[in-house]
Amino acid sequence: MEEISDVQNIEIASEGKQYIVVRLGTEQYGIDIKYVDNIVRNQRITRVPKAQHYFKGVINLRGEIIPVMSLRLKFGLKPDEYTNATRIIIIKLEQQSAIGIIVDEVKEVVTLTGSSIDKATTSDPSDLIQYLSGVGKHGNGLISLLNISAVIVGRESKDVV
Amino acid sequence: MDVSQYLEIFIDETKEHLQTLSDQLMILEQEPENMDTINEIFRAAHSLKGMAGTMGYKRMQRLTHDMENVFQEVRSGNMTVKSELVDVLFRGLDALESYLANILETADEGTEDNEEIINTLNSIADAATGKSSEEAAKPAEQAAPQGGSVPKGGAKYGSIHITDFEKNTFEKAKAQNQNIFGLTVYLQETCILKAARAFLVFKALEELGEVIKAVPDVQDIEDEKFDMDFSLVYFTKESLEKVKAAVENVSEVKEAVVGPFEVILDDAPGAVAKPEPEPVKEEPKEPEKPKAAAQPAAAKTATKPAGTAQPAAAKKTTAKPAVGRTVRVDIEKLDVLMNLVSELIIAKNGLVSINSTEEDTKSDAAFNEQIEYLESVTTNLHESVMKVRMVPIENVVNRFPRMIRDLSKKLNKKMELHMTGEETELDRTVIDEIGDPLQHLLRNSADHGLEDNEERIALGKEEIGNIYLDAYQDGNNVNIEVRDDGAGINVEKVRNKAIEKGTITAEQAENMSDKEIIDLLFRPSFSTAEKITDVSGRGVGLDVVKTKIEGLGGNIECKSVMGEGSSFIIRLPLTLAIIQALMVELGTEKYAIPLGSIETIEDVLVSDIKSVQTKEVINLRGTVIPLIRLDQILDIEASSNEVESLTVVIVKKGNKLAGLVVDNLIGQQEIVIKSIGSYINCSKMIGGATILGDGEIALILEVNALV
Repeated sequence: MEEISDVQNIEIASEGKQYIVVRLGTEQYGIDIKYVDNIVRNQRITRVPKAQHYFKGVINLRGEIIPVMSLRLKFGLKPDEYTNATRIIIIKLEQQSAIGIIVDEVKEVVTLTGSSIDKATTSDPSDLIQYLSGVGKHGNGLISLLNISAVIVGRESKDVV
Repeated sequence: MDVSQYLEIFIDETKEHLQTLSDQLMILEQEPENMDTINEIFRAAHSLKGMAGTMGYKRMQRLTHDMENVFQEVRSGNMTVKSELVDVLFRGLDALESYLANILETADEGTEDNEEIINTLNSIADAATGKSSEEAAKPAEQAAPQGGSVPKGGAKYGSIHITDFEKNTFEKAKAQNQNIFGLTVYLQETCILKAARAFLVFKALEELGEVIKAVPDVQDIEDEKFDMDFSLVYFTKESLEKVKAAVENVSEVKEAVVGPFEVILDDAPGAVAKPEPEPVKEEPKEPEKPKAAAQPAAAKTATKPAGTAQPAAAKKTTAKPAVGRTVRVDIEKLDVLMNLVSELIIAKNGLVSINSTEEDTKSDAAFNEQIEYLESVTTNLHESVMKVRMVPIENVVNRFPRMIRDLSKKLNKKMELHMTGEETELDRTVIDEIGDPLQHLLRNSADHGLEDNEERIALGKEEIGNIYLDAYQDGNNVNIEVRDDGAGINVEKVRNKAIEKGTITAEQAENMSDKEIIDLLFRPSFSTAEKITDVSGRGVGLDVVKTKIEGLGGNIECKSVMGEGSSFIIRLPLTLAIIQALMVELGTEKYAIPLGSIETIEDVLVSDIKSVQTKEVINLRGTVIPLIRLDQILDIEASSNEVESLTVVIVKKGNKLAGLVVDNLIGQQEIVIKSIGSYINCSKMIGGATILGDGEIALILEVNALV
């Protein structure tokens, strides 16, 4: 996993990258577009018993069964409130294994170059920092860039066994 | 000629012939005089030779040609079958298999010449035919060597050149703590039958180790194309003195100069000037040069499998094979399929015609009738397609007799493998995966299970150890049992080891039943073998087997009786992808229970539920069955209203029964099993998920984990 995040960091530093900007509560997060397979509306989620608490269950995406995690629960925020803007982002880290991430809203796609990305500061009090690969500046706002592989297979998941 | 279109046929047939060869050789070893067997082998070797020749696989052709030659001699009664011969033939078979593996991957046979096997084969054949004419061999040679003065005590082996490729074997030998010696053997000037003496030297040496390379090469030595001396590179575990003594023991050997061999790397294949004191016939060297040149390519393919991180288990390369995987299908099965498809079309037409008539009065009944028809057709179709995917387990297990034979020699234990139920059929994907685990279990039985022969005699058992491999169908499962009549598992030893390793505490150990202790063997890195052999005992064993089998949707169980042997029972589902299941409702959620594990469905009055050690049980026609409240273990909000009776689905796992309490039965349904992925940390109770007709997802309960 370290390897993946390293590669990601290097790429961010060198070239302009496209990110999908999503909203979670009041904050904006960026997801590297190369991992995004699909964005779908919220749909019926089937609960999976005894799974990690932040996994809401599984959905049926055109005959494929895809587990769905709540980014809010993963980050220790308040549980999701499903609205018309709620979306599930289907991420494919590798072939054959997709995963869905629930976000409050998908806003736009931005291109960030290396110079507009800062390293995430370690003074951040929450341990959210482990899921970030950097902070991007776009317009007036800041976008926390997600280290998507850490989000999906991050430390949390090992705690809940 | 472009033969690539025949490649698949070639591979299929070669596999068949190799299997025949292997089977027949096994028989031959037991019955060296069996003429039918010998003929069968001859035919198989002959067909192989022809096929390899047509496809342009020269090396393969050459090897099979020599094997065939040997059998020609055997067939005509010029020689008898000895165990050395069978050994060499088996090695030849292995070599052929590795050619085939190369062809499978790259459509090329590779560059391994297997000179050694060919030479041994030839020398055996020559020894047989030459026996009568040996004396008359070549007296003419007698005079010639007299003139050649032998440089005293020269260690000519120092100038033997080693190719890159051979260097690999050196490293291997070093890793195995073998000594690498150079040898130069000087024969007496008066020696007449130089080739025969040389042969004796080789034979003496081969008893102690392995001759890697000779100068001049073995073929030339056999043809007496050498002066009074020849040099060798030799691997052995014995000491230098012993080797020297063994060689000098051969009569008419004047002197043997032995010393540790330093590797001179012949890295430039073009290097012609070989500083040999007496340039012995340069020609036979020739084929070695292309070999060295082609080596890097071969080395690349060889390192590929090592690169894939999978340990031990995944020996097969992930590289895309040159040939797709195929299943041979019985034509009858295909006919059935064709029939069903035509019925499917008829059913569809039936529906179309109902739609077009649009007479409301009759259409409902007719529509239902057509739906039912369609249903029966699709069920049959599914069954037949599954049958097409089914292959007899024979395809995997038929290599095991050979393996046990080799193990028997290696471990120096007499043992026999008894197999039954080879015709039992399993899904192709299962067949592909089950080989390694079975092999592992058999090795376990051979290495750890069976006692030494002496020990067996002392214990009053028959000297030859027995290993059984039984496959049979049991309901919706196929069971494969690997049994031995060896020592069985020493439960106390496992218990102590587990405590020592910290797997369990002493108190825990106290309270564990023998069965629970035995189950510890399936934990990762737990091996009780006192020493690690290359047969088994590295402690990566049974847990890998277990993981693999569970990955196939099966389970494994171990039974053992001290002193009487142990048995491993593997249960595998007949089919993987589609199963019949009972759909049940729990609260608002739907779950599927595989029909194969359901015994009965009962209505149980709440008042009939008894409590034993705070666990709920019911007494069903004399059997006490524990109740499992699914809503509790699956964290489902219990329906609060009081009920008088419960719907209980009685399921079984092996001999164990349990009753699953459900809220509602929905009905039986054919479901397609889908994985829910690796990210979600789902409990073992969930065996997968399926998509229902309305697009909703239902989870599949894994009964084996519940009971």
